[in-house]
Amino acid sequence: MSAGISKEHLEQTLKEKLSADHVEVIDTSGGCGQNYDVVIVSSVFEGKTLLQKHRLVNDAAKAEISQLHAFSQKTYTPAQWAELTNKK
Amino acid sequence: MSLRSLTRLNANNEIKSPLVSSILCRYLSDSLKKSLESVQKNDVVLFMKGTPNRPECGFSRAVVQILTAQGLDFSKIKTYNVLADNELREGVKEYSQWPTVPQVYIKGEFIGGCDIVLNMHHNGELEDLLLKEGLVDPKNELEQEEK
Repeated sequence: MSAGISKEHLEQTLKEKLSADHVEVIDTSGGCGQNYDVVIVSSVFEGKTLLQKHRLVNDAAKAEISQLHAFSQKTYTPAQWAELTNKK
Repeated sequence: MSLRSLTRLNANNEIKSPLVSSILCRYLSDSLKKSLESVQKNDVVLFMKGTPNRPECGFSRAVVQILTAQGLDFSKIKTYNVLADNELREGVKEYSQWPTVPQVYIKGEFIGGCDIVLNMHHNGELEDLLLKEGLVDPKNELEQEEK
């Protein structure tokens, strides 16, 4: 098995390839670097269905995801993210 | 089955070029082709790790629980354990152009993995889809939601 992917690398990849305003990567693996939950905010998600958004993310991090055991994602447009963070 | 019709079977032909699909199809074994064709023939198909009674991954378990909560009868859902068949495990990812398992198909259409199914379960889209396709009994829903 691979040694996994660093949190920083995953964050950087998603930010660059999706021109994301905000990326949050949470390592849920307990250190092995193979399980991540990610939150991505980007205007490229505008007008896309959930499936299309997830496909964009999967494509952007294709090499990375193939080395992970678990990958969970939440995708928001900047407007959705603003609404969500205002509520909190 | 001709290569052309197999290409059309691909769940993601709007993104993948026909050329790539036909090359891919040439490499699929007969048993794998059969499994992937069943996606088109069954109302609900689930590719998962483990079995519905004994899921071997938290994401697969979650999807089984959601489909059960939606009132689907697992004796009528076609499930495949990708852990028992490595060719299928890789093949289904190519087929859907989706990097992870579990994968849910309804009426031949790729719906998504755990994140998407969970999201659709929460926002009611999954229930709407299953009702629209006549896969769950609307009476139960009426009682629950008093629509």
